[in-house]
Amino acid sequence: MIELTNVHKSFGKVEVLKGITASVEKGEVVCIIGPSGSGKSTILRCINGLESYDSGDILVEGARVDRHAASIIAIRTQVSMVFQRFNLFPHRTALENVIEGPVYVKREPHAQAVERGHDLLAQVGLAEKADAYPPQLSGGQQQRVAIARALAMQPKAILFDEPTSALDPELVGDVLSVMRKLADDGMTMVVVTHEMGFARDVADRVLFIDGGVIVEQGAAKSVLNQPQHARTQDFLRRVLHPL
Amino acid sequence: MQAFWRDAVEFLPILMSGVALTIIVTIGSLLLSTTLGLVWALMRVSGIGVFAGFSAGLINVIRGIPIIVLLFYLYFVMPELGLTLTALQAAILGLGIAYSAYQAENFRAGIEAIDKGQIEAAQAIGMGWWQTMRRVVLPQAVRIVLPPYGNIMIMMLKDSSQASTITVAELALQGKLIASSTFKNTSVFTLVALMYLTMSIPLILLVRHFEKRAGQK
Repeated sequence: MIELTNVHKSFGKVEVLKGITASVEKGEVVCIIGPSGSGKSTILRCINGLESYDSGDILVEGARVDRHAASIIAIRTQVSMVFQRFNLFPHRTALENVIEGPVYVKREPHAQAVERGHDLLAQVGLAEKADAYPPQLSGGQQQRVAIARALAMQPKAILFDEPTSALDPELVGDVLSVMRKLADDGMTMVVVTHEMGFARDVADRVLFIDGGVIVEQGAAKSVLNQPQHARTQDFLRRVLHPL
Repeated sequence: MQAFWRDAVEFLPILMSGVALTIIVTIGSLLLSTTLGLVWALMRVSGIGVFAGFSAGLINVIRGIPIIVLLFYLYFVMPELGLTLTALQAAILGLGIAYSAYQAENFRAGIEAIDKGQIEAAQAIGMGWWQTMRRVVLPQAVRIVLPPYGNIMIMMLKDSSQASTITVAELALQGKLIASSTFKNTSVFTLVALMYLTMSIPLILLVRHFEKRAGQK
């Protein structure tokens, strides 16, 4: 469903992606792990065209991603994104955030979008917060609204860019359990994360990225429990046993 | 003091006709400068090189020409080029163009102050450039832009007096005409000053209201 072939990307003189080739199947949950600055987020941002790439190909359901082409709009409505800093629209309520895309991009009838919006907020455990503005919500609640906003587009896949990194530790669980439920429901997900427990329990596959290349990939449990590559072993040791 | 009140009663009706023109010039040029300023600002942030360059150049040209020269140009030079404007039209057009540069810079600052994550979130749900501006960026930028916008309104009210230089009989010119025919300079110009001040006070209060509201967030 998502295919990357030999993707290269530089910011100025710094090459952040040095030939990434990977694919994500329908219904699969793929976690991307690796040290900061390794290019994990850039991969996600290239998939929905928030970032351009210099060479190679990214295909979503067979359509080539090109952020300057008109076709990018169609791709973005199929591949939603959840951001590290939530990026909810602060001047709109939780419900308005959720229905913004369906109503103003997909031209869904307002009443229908509102009804679905309430359902989605209920699904992420925030039914009673529909009329709250983002600054009145905790980080975990904001991120769950953001997930509802992503789901409202009825996407074929969702990209999660470190969805729990900006949260207080006690709020992480709520967001992860919503994500786990999505995975159980068969949603295609690409998740950049530092939550190794989530990756181990929920992901089908894990990609370990370092220095702009995929160092190691495979079934989540085998990569995380028996990493083959020295760099993967070193990274996991640092993450799991920081002291 | 008694003489002042007598003069006030006598001159006020004439000065009020000047106030009417002052308000017309101010509102007209406010509407024009806001519209043009928004266009320049959107061109500037469009990411399209030609538009951004044109807008940046135009703003600098406008800023570099005194308002009074712009007014003279519109009123005295344009007829030679085949475009004859009434004094009122020239005044509104001149002040509107002159102030569009300041409006544009204010709007641009407001737009650029919006977190980039907001724009990315809008793009990520499939919004195009215009929709992102209209639904996400501009509604948030308004809060930031309003306090300086109020100040610009006050400045425009006062600068509308420059229309007197091209024969628009607004408040300042009416005052000058009365003063030069009656020699009651003190009474007349005190009245004129008080009338400008009276018109500014609601605007000053409005700015304070905007600032308070912007401060709440």
